[in-house]
Amino acid sequence: MGNKTSSKPLLSPKRLERQFSDYKPLYSEAEALIEANRCINCYDAPCISACPTGIDIPAFIKKISTGNIIGSAKVIFEANMLGYSTGRVCPVEELCVGACVYNDLNSSPIQIGRLQHYAAKKAMEIEENTGEKLFPRSKRKSDKKVALIGAGPASLACAAYLALDGIEAVIFEKDTLPGGLNTTAVAPYKIQTEASIEEVNWILQHGVELKTGVEIGKDIALEKLIDEYEAVFIGIGLGMGKRLELKGNDSAAVWRATDLIRKIKNDPDFSLPDELNTVLIIGGGNTAIDISRELAMLGVKDVRLLYRRSRKEMPGYEHEMVEASRYGVRLVEHVTPLEIIRNGEQIKALKVKSTISNDIFDLPCDWVVEAVGQLKHVTKISPEIEVDDQGRVIVDAKTRCTSNPKVYAGGDCINGGKEVVNAAQDGREAAFDILRNLGISPSLHGEKYFKSFVSENKN
Amino acid sequence: MADLSVNICGIKSPNPFWLASAPPTNTGEQVMRGFDAGWGGAVWKTLGEPIVNVNSRFGAIDYSGTKVIGFNNIELITDRPLASNFKEIYEVKKRYPHNVVIVSLMVETKDEWQEIIKRSVDAGADGLELNFGCPHGMCERGMGSAVGEEPKVLQEITSWAKEFSNVPVFVKLSPNVTDIRDPGMAAVMGGCDGISLINTIKSIIGVDLDTLVPKPSVGKESTNGGYCGPAVKPIALHLLAVLGKDPKINVPISGIGGISTWQDAAEFIALGATTIQVCTAVMHYGYRIVEDLIDGLNNYLNNKGLKSVSELTGQAIPGFVDWGELDLNYDIIAKIDGDKCIGCGLCYVACLDGAHQCIHTQKGPCHGWHGEADHGFGPRTEVMPPLHHDGGVPAMSHVPFVDEEECIGCNLCMLVCPVPDCITMVEASHSESKKSWKDHVAKGSA
Repeated sequence: MGNKTSSKPLLSPKRLERQFSDYKPLYSEAEALIEANRCINCYDAPCISACPTGIDIPAFIKKISTGNIIGSAKVIFEANMLGYSTGRVCPVEELCVGACVYNDLNSSPIQIGRLQHYAAKKAMEIEENTGEKLFPRSKRKSDKKVALIGAGPASLACAAYLALDGIEAVIFEKDTLPGGLNTTAVAPYKIQTEASIEEVNWILQHGVELKTGVEIGKDIALEKLIDEYEAVFIGIGLGMGKRLELKGNDSAAVWRATDLIRKIKNDPDFSLPDELNTVLIIGGGNTAIDISRELAMLGVKDVRLLYRRSRKEMPGYEHEMVEASRYGVRLVEHVTPLEIIRNGEQIKALKVKSTISNDIFDLPCDWVVEAVGQLKHVTKISPEIEVDDQGRVIVDAKTRCTSNPKVYAGGDCINGGKEVVNAAQDGREAAFDILRNLGISPSLHGEKYFKSFVSENKN
Repeated sequence: MADLSVNICGIKSPNPFWLASAPPTNTGEQVMRGFDAGWGGAVWKTLGEPIVNVNSRFGAIDYSGTKVIGFNNIELITDRPLASNFKEIYEVKKRYPHNVVIVSLMVETKDEWQEIIKRSVDAGADGLELNFGCPHGMCERGMGSAVGEEPKVLQEITSWAKEFSNVPVFVKLSPNVTDIRDPGMAAVMGGCDGISLINTIKSIIGVDLDTLVPKPSVGKESTNGGYCGPAVKPIALHLLAVLGKDPKINVPISGIGGISTWQDAAEFIALGATTIQVCTAVMHYGYRIVEDLIDGLNNYLNNKGLKSVSELTGQAIPGFVDWGELDLNYDIIAKIDGDKCIGCGLCYVACLDGAHQCIHTQKGPCHGWHGEADHGFGPRTEVMPPLHHDGGVPAMSHVPFVDEEECIGCNLCMLVCPVPDCITMVEASHSESKKSWKDHVAKGSA
């Protein structure tokens, strides 16, 4: 069974993440109207091409500006069932907002993510208040069943599109909480667990079934699912955080970044010790930047990010590093860790080497956080699923079908760790191919929003 | 510093900017604050038998987040006692002898006109403006636009006013007529000294989609109002130019209608207005806007090398001609500056759906040009995107390009382009001399 962090209710208000406020709060109606009216409604807009799910962004923004919130949300969800959380957690600076033509006019680009968050949230509220569903489930009777492994964004998106067309979609989640990284990992100033769960529940009400606490490969064999279901979708993400081979890192004061982040988000009994003054984070990716900023925002005075190359070469986004710096996170470039010097369980210092001068020096600290990537764990599910040399499940680029024609995969387990929005798109593409193979033509969400179908036609 | 002072019908004004007869000139206190802000004159809120107003009274059109591009009202003339108004007019003229006060009037019978004109002149009015334009409320009582739309009645009342007044008489015209020259000529025949135009346009500003009551609502009902504000400027400019062009309309004109900026004012002056009246922009932003009206007009005149505002008056009228006189051989085409283009595609879709399908993207030619989207008309011309000098891939793939052979120079792409000076219309080389439709008709070739 999944590694439960506590027997107490997981959504206790005492969780540390509750101390964070939204970095980009929900727009008021006035704010949304002003921002929506700024959009010049480009034709064949660059923001659409920059979106992995190809949402017709000018269309949904135009609908916000005319007060047609339901219509706006439909445009979003037809392309991306996780439109609510992606509006909040997408690195929009690197995607749609980064592509906005206003960037070339030296004007502030349209805040597409915030508008998407607004339309999705408001429509979900309207749906709840009126009882009128945005997407009523197809009346078509189907005895077809699809199993989905892992209740993260990829499976949720896939299951939603399947359920809308009458398929019985069952998600198996080994953990107690569904939602994947939105629930366990995304920085709390972007989205908190309540909101992630809220989105999961919204998806479930379209007719998706969720079974938590069931681990495929342990509680149920993958082969059994393949036998009993018309198709199986694997959306299990990545595994545990990798550990460095670092002498002295077998202490409770040395953390995997993913574990620490998860404790901050979900563990009601977790708090930072009072005497925590200096935390060194090893890594240069977005997880490293996220945990640095979270610790700094939680009041740790001295948070330093240690990276072995230069800032330019960091895989983490520059805009995230800029934000982290605003909260006091400092970046130490060109250092590589050698050894953790301890006094019992307590850390005295991290011994590092400069990658430029080869000088070796000690950095005194209280905690060390390793943020050096995550393990792939697909092989745990079944050795039958083909993976590449980096452990990523091999799928067809368009259909997301694996070497087994009944098995599909999407999200981090095929791409090695990308964004929620990429996972949502993978899930959608798999859903369309599963429907097609079952002889079901996708109903309301329409093929015109299906990117690979469009590109297929272009060829 | 250009000379901004004007003389209209013998009335001297320190600048051409007057507050129009409307809520901003309702009281002496307001008018004096307007003068303090810099307004050269004010046309007092129309006087007549005081009425009772309704609530609400105003409505507005917003467009894409821009507030009040059009405005309408169902307010009537003054609702204050005439004695108070005349006392305040007297006080204002005493304190501001160099500013112009015109009194707007609207009554019914000849006796009433005689009485109110005498009281106005006695109070110190520099001139009178006969309100024959108000298209709501008062017209149901046989006044306002009910007069403005009846040239015979208009002419007769104008002649009464001239008989009773020893100060200049302006006639304010309604735009709610088929041909503005009819009431314009009637005003001249009646002996008016000047014309003010336009009054507001009969309108319904909108419908409340929750209550399904037109706006502005008075409880569960509404009525037609008078439309004004920036959106009406083109209508006013046209009517002004028609009168300005007509040699029989030989009186000065005070221009009104959607003027918000010094550019608007300069356009009115160039089409023949001697003074400018402003209301909606003041109701939106306050008297303070006159500062830039004065400053901007002054800078414009200086840049143009004009010494006074009167040198600008009517300068654009010769360029306003009948369609039949336009040069059929004049040829321009659109040029897109690739360095400025942001790739929004608005010119492309506008030309494709709304014009002549001659802007193409480098992702592929527009529909109608090739393949299955061709509705049987076949390719117009074979157009290729401009290539790099080395003949390689097209430069800057986001930049649309113009098929110059097919471009008909309509301006649409330039008008929708959000980037200043990115699309310009340039004269195409041509050798043929000017030839108009009228020339063709004269030659018998049409």
